[in-house]
Amino acid sequence: MLVARCRCGSWFNTGSITTGPVPLPGTAPLNETANAAAPLTGDALSRGASRRAWWPAGVIGIALLLALPVLVVVGFVFVPAGDVWRHLAETVLADYVSNSLLLMLGVAAGTLIGGVGTAWLTSMCRFPGRALFEWALLLPMAMPAYIIAYTYTGMLDFAGPIQTTLRDWTGWGYGDYWFPEIRSLPGAAVMLSLVLYPYVYLLTRAAFLSQSLCVLDVSRTLGNGPWRTFYSVALPLARPAIVAGLSLALMETLADYGTVQYFGVSTFTTGIFRTWFGLGNPAAAAQLSALLLTFVFVLILLERWSRRHARYHHTSQREQSIRGLHLRGWRAALAFTFCLLPLLLGFVLPAGQLGWWSLTVAETRWDGEFVILALNSLGLAAGAALLALLLALLLGYGRRLYPSRSVKSAVRLAGLGYAVPGTVIAVGVLIPFAWIDNSIDAWMRASLGFSTGLLLSGTLTALVFAYMVRFLAVSLQTVESGLGKIRPSMDEAGRSMGYRPSQVLWRIHMPMLRGTLLTALLLVFVDILKELPATLILRPFNFNTLAVRAYELAADERLADSGPAALTIVAAGLLPVILLSRSITRSRHAQSA
Amino acid sequence: MPSQLEVCEVSVAYGDTTIVHDVSFVLTAGSIGCLLGPSGCGKTTLLRAIAGFEPVARGEVRLHGRLVSEPTNTVPPELRQIGMVFQDFALFPHLSVANNVGFGLRRRSRADRRKRVDELLDLVGLRDAARQFPHELSGGMQQRVALARAMAPRPEILLLDEPFSSMDAELREQLAREVRDVLKREGVTAILVTHDQLEAFAMADLIGVLGHGEVHQWGTGFSLYHEPADRFVADFIGQGVLLPATVHDEIRVKTELGRIAGNHPHGLEPGSAAEVLIRPDDMLYDESSPRKAVVVERAFRGAEFLYTLRLTSGTEVLCLVPSHYRHAIGDEIGVRLQADHLVVFPRDRAPTELPFDGSSTRRNEPDQVDAADVPLADVYEADARR
Repeated sequence: MLVARCRCGSWFNTGSITTGPVPLPGTAPLNETANAAAPLTGDALSRGASRRAWWPAGVIGIALLLALPVLVVVGFVFVPAGDVWRHLAETVLADYVSNSLLLMLGVAAGTLIGGVGTAWLTSMCRFPGRALFEWALLLPMAMPAYIIAYTYTGMLDFAGPIQTTLRDWTGWGYGDYWFPEIRSLPGAAVMLSLVLYPYVYLLTRAAFLSQSLCVLDVSRTLGNGPWRTFYSVALPLARPAIVAGLSLALMETLADYGTVQYFGVSTFTTGIFRTWFGLGNPAAAAQLSALLLTFVFVLILLERWSRRHARYHHTSQREQSIRGLHLRGWRAALAFTFCLLPLLLGFVLPAGQLGWWSLTVAETRWDGEFVILALNSLGLAAGAALLALLLALLLGYGRRLYPSRSVKSAVRLAGLGYAVPGTVIAVGVLIPFAWIDNSIDAWMRASLGFSTGLLLSGTLTALVFAYMVRFLAVSLQTVESGLGKIRPSMDEAGRSMGYRPSQVLWRIHMPMLRGTLLTALLLVFVDILKELPATLILRPFNFNTLAVRAYELAADERLADSGPAALTIVAAGLLPVILLSRSITRSRHAQSA
Repeated sequence: MPSQLEVCEVSVAYGDTTIVHDVSFVLTAGSIGCLLGPSGCGKTTLLRAIAGFEPVARGEVRLHGRLVSEPTNTVPPELRQIGMVFQDFALFPHLSVANNVGFGLRRRSRADRRKRVDELLDLVGLRDAARQFPHELSGGMQQRVALARAMAPRPEILLLDEPFSSMDAELREQLAREVRDVLKREGVTAILVTHDQLEAFAMADLIGVLGHGEVHQWGTGFSLYHEPADRFVADFIGQGVLLPATVHDEIRVKTELGRIAGNHPHGLEPGSAAEVLIRPDDMLYDESSPRKAVVVERAFRGAEFLYTLRLTSGTEVLCLVPSHYRHAIGDEIGVRLQADHLVVFPRDRAPTELPFDGSSTRRNEPDQVDAADVPLADVYEADARR
């Protein structure tokens, strides 16, 4: 199916016949001599093996299930919300829209500059400290946005170390000087950029490294300097990866609740929360959500549009090891500083602050309750990440096997949840689950005479389901981009040797994709560990996680007390990040060997 | 001989576009067939239909007598017992050479599998590379691994999709001959897809020339070269020119180089305008010949020169001359025609009004007769008496 489908029309004339002085053109139409076949109608959907329809059916079923919360929320658009909605539209709606847009703009600029710049420097240039930055630049991934927001608030507020030192040096008092307010919209954009740029960095760097050096060399031989080569060849080739990373970061931005809530910036997510739990109007909250989903939809269209030609396979037979551009003097210093800044601001300083709090202020906070919190969080995240990976493989490979329109749309649908705020998903899960619980309970009571209570809502099932809705896109995107790099002839080779598609997946794709699968697993693991709003709403009674605990303490203005929980989230998030960076480095060494 | 592969009036379509039109052929067990044609002619699509990767829109495919493709049903590739060698080899990068070769042998016992892997590695001369990984091998070695891997499960038929196209040109023919030896030693039935005629000649017993999704002619390399059924084949295979001629009688035509005769009727009206295919090896250099031609171009080919000669009428022909006869451009040399096979096409218009719309009347039936064994034309007069 991926074979070049050139029509017969122009071809190279290998033999040459000349009649008289005029050469005979190569296109001798001979069709009329043969059996002029009537136009045939091949059913594109049935191409390939289509007898076992359970795979596409499974893909579509899973996608519909995962789309349920969103469908429920969107369905509420048609429920009249009355005065509350009019009130919202007249007062705060404009703020929600403009704040969300400005926040996205800020984060896009920040993550693009930080992510692409550092990816290029660490993959294509050589300068002191590069080997360190290569993995250390991933560290901010372990830092949830709301936690970094707590630390900077602690560092930069009036009583914090920076302003205190400033006053000590200058002798100024309260009100004598201007100091930037971190708890503001620009502050939130900086916070989010500092922890979200690694998405862009990670995917872009992988794209740069997998680019065939031949292509870059060709550009150099055609007279382009290293910078021109970057802009005209490397960057366009990496564009699908960059846009994928950026779309992840922006969806994360739209879904952020902890940071904007703490900074008092009115965006859609805080507005939805306030409308639902403050004004008690689910319909109006759902309508706000639907509006937010429109934003998301535009983002997704942009992402898909930019990837329309993005089926790049490796063209070179062998991948050479990257020689790199040697930077010296001030250029090296500049590159060093450029990579140091995001690392310092996005990880070292806030982690230092958390460590300081945990060590000195909160001595009493490390106890048995804490161990249970940590085990709850890690176990839940690991299990859910594994499930997400399995589903992603099922969907991604299903789409490769059956690239029909319905399967493609189903896979897209399943990936939409990532942009849906945890708040909205939680509500979208609660409504149908509660309905199912109530129905079962009513039926059991009517026919068997006893009550079943709540079977789904308020259980881990509901929470894990919400995580799947929310985070499947992360593993799905990673798995799909990995599958896209495996040439179709690999599948066909396996099939021709008697392996069924599922066996091909198990015996060929999975071993080839080991690194990619690990990436998918860890990305989701970290995300779930950091997830706040859905966990806040859906967690079973008496089941607390680290993220929820840190949020509760910070909301009570006990920033220092939140230190241990926050530090543990960061530390646990660190392990997979380090593993991830090591596996990346290792696989590159293996390739260049 | 039992037929191993039967392709019966097969058409393949993508949506409304028909890529392959009504192709039929039969391959007997142990023989090597080839689909030869320019890129975009549908040869790879046809191969993929035989493999089961594409459904057929019409017709049937039978493997060893079993119906595997018809418009309503496509047996999936994994149930066809085929072996396939891919253009990019598609070696599994995570498996060693031995494990790649043994990949299709999963139903065998460990000992059996090992024995068969060793056997094949010996066959392709890669015993020492068994533990290596694909990326450590040269292109030629990877190719042999791909061949061994495809042959290991003893497939009903081996399909080779442009297997030499990523090789150096000078290696291709040699590799093609090596692969042919290996296939013949194992008695494998195979079908090759290529755009390179020398590759096809070196490897195949039977070649089908495809253009625009149709088979124009089946035959051996020899018969395709000397007895092309139509202008497409004449043009695609080898070099040559079409020399204007007039039909003299039912077996002879007149040209400015004299009269040429075939040994069977060409079916054209006496007196009508025609063209005769003249290959470079049909033109002989002969100083004693009264017919002279001027050297217009000269290409050195090592053992011989390929001269482009202008005849007195202004028509240009090609002429292959042993390398020790060296003529300068502008020299006038003596030539004579010695065509063993007469290939005549009707000419509807004057030669100056080329290009032709190229409808041909004479078409060989797709058959498997080795045309080289049955010389169709061995009569020539062409001023040979002088």
